[in-house]
Amino acid sequence: MARFSPENITLAHEIIDRYPVARSAMIPLLHLAQEQDGYVSDEAMTHIAELVDATPAEVLGTCSFYEMFKREPVGEYLVNVCTNISCLLTGGEELLEQLEEKLGVKAGSTTPDGKFTLEDVECIAACTEAPCLQVNYRYFHKVSHDQVEELLDDLSLGRLAHEVPKHGTLSRVRQQAAPERRARVARPTVNVEPVWLARNNTGTTT
Amino acid sequence: MSEATPREIPRIVTSRWDVDDGFTLERYEATGGYAALRKALDTMTPAQVGEEVKAASLLGRGGAGFPAGVKWGFCPPGVFPRYLVVNGDESEPGTYKDRLLMERDPHQLIEGVLLAAYAIGCGQAFLYVRGEMALAQERIAGALNDAYAAGYVGRNIMGSEFSIDVVLHWGAGAYIVGEETALIESLEGNRGMPRLKPPFFPAAKGLYLQPTVVNNVETLSNLPWIVANGGGAFAELGAEKSTGTRLFAVSGHVNSPGVFEVEFGVTTFRDLLYGKEYGDGIRDGNKLKAFIPGGASAPWFFEEHLDLPLEAGAVGAAGSMLGSGAIVVMDETTDAVKAAWRLVRFFARESCGKCTPCREGTAWLEKLLRRMLDGQGRPGDVDKLMDVCDNISPQITWPPKQTTICPLGPSVVSPIASAVLRFKDEFAAYCGGDAEVTVAIGGKAYLSQPTQPEQPEPAEAPA
Repeated sequence: MARFSPENITLAHEIIDRYPVARSAMIPLLHLAQEQDGYVSDEAMTHIAELVDATPAEVLGTCSFYEMFKREPVGEYLVNVCTNISCLLTGGEELLEQLEEKLGVKAGSTTPDGKFTLEDVECIAACTEAPCLQVNYRYFHKVSHDQVEELLDDLSLGRLAHEVPKHGTLSRVRQQAAPERRARVARPTVNVEPVWLARNNTGTTT
Repeated sequence: MSEATPREIPRIVTSRWDVDDGFTLERYEATGGYAALRKALDTMTPAQVGEEVKAASLLGRGGAGFPAGVKWGFCPPGVFPRYLVVNGDESEPGTYKDRLLMERDPHQLIEGVLLAAYAIGCGQAFLYVRGEMALAQERIAGALNDAYAAGYVGRNIMGSEFSIDVVLHWGAGAYIVGEETALIESLEGNRGMPRLKPPFFPAAKGLYLQPTVVNNVETLSNLPWIVANGGGAFAELGAEKSTGTRLFAVSGHVNSPGVFEVEFGVTTFRDLLYGKEYGDGIRDGNKLKAFIPGGASAPWFFEEHLDLPLEAGAVGAAGSMLGSGAIVVMDETTDAVKAAWRLVRFFARESCGKCTPCREGTAWLEKLLRRMLDGQGRPGDVDKLMDVCDNISPQITWPPKQTTICPLGPSVVSPIASAVLRFKDEFAAYCGGDAEVTVAIGGKAYLSQPTQPEQPEPAEAPA
């Protein structure tokens, strides 16, 4: 689809500025691209390469390692059903089968109307609330057979729009600090002992 | 057999879990928040903070259980900048605690980060939160913004010369990134593949090849309490080598699954699985079949292990580990082959592909088990399974021997050896009646035998 929009270029520079080495911003920038377009396009990866001083191939290398990055558009709602051990023991597979039947697609595919993509995922850290699933990375705990239909209806009708943002949006709060509040420590190449460690030599705290 | 009910203990890391606004700066400050940081900055040298943590004998809560204070001491002197990286990439199957700590009490974690950074001498810290945990990212971003504005994070904290930037970073879905050198690779913008050892600890060469301390979320969340109350008070709780309290997630076939903060080293598995205030027994009055004591990588335990204390040494001596505090309970209705397959599939999917024994071994094990479940098992398959295990981790010992750079590959041996050696008949049923194992097995928990119920003396046979 596209390179970063002007607003996102500003955001990208803010993100890069947090790190001592620009390349460390690669994963956050891939998320930003996915937030903008719903997936990570080739153009976005080229743009990221320019921003963090890497080659497009290196950005693709990183992008393709991580499961959350989609290089093709996915459904409006990405439904990730956990079937790992705690969920397996408490009905996770049955939950997945029910969703496959309801949506008419197998895990790993998208409904023809582009509304839902269904995935069979590994442990998502809600084991005591099994069986569980995520929709666009928002949790739904102890999902019963009866709740599935309601959940799909609510999503289809946009009733959960305030809880479940569009695919690609993770934290809706961005880290921000006033420039004068930033510590701005030395770059990795500059060997300077932090001033407060001098307290160890004097044995005093003032 | 522990008869006594666990004594009343302070809630060290979960004290704000019951209040809805426990994640806000207002609530945190109103409940003693940032007092430990003030105490440290006003009255303690960085070295003294480190001494308190050493005195607490705080073991890392991420899985390996390495003493936190000792880890900090591995930073070579005179080499700066040093970095602190928080491992919030919780993804070991069954593990559910760090997400709660990040969502419900982010300031406690941030204060822990600040105390550690003050002691070690880090001018920058990175909070690596698992990609899938959007709410945790939101809560931490909000908490950091508030803490920066209030002067707890950033330049000249509380008017002192201590300055640090804390950066929220987040992953994108990869279990292997929980391995600390893979985490660092990921933080440098690369594929999350573990680094070749040595150096064994990133404290020598870590992020940007600088000294780097990687600590788990729960480990750091303990620091405000330790600094406020003293390392000695912490060490008084728990057992000699497993001090303080610890979070355990009890999931699977129990009546009341949950995440519980209990006294470390004293509480037993039986307490956690059957205690009214904890797991409250096996569902439907069923019998216990097996339980995983410390995440997918841990050898399974059985009924005869129930009275072991939740103590690293005792569990290790019995042939397994407490790992990441993930206890998964399986009742008698569980298909052991299916459960083993599902755990093995996890390792096969999450192998990063760098080392051959792991990349190839986990994939073949998964295929063999899947074939059995699909009704295509053949005689000799079980021995083949164990042979592949033996290739990934020679002699199938505990702790596992490694043929790989990181422990992910050898971890796959745990569910297979546990299930095969205990539930041979179930495997035989899938493999044409043959579940013979010719491979030598070294791991103790794998070879554990069920305790025999007490039998009345057999009557004298008639002469």
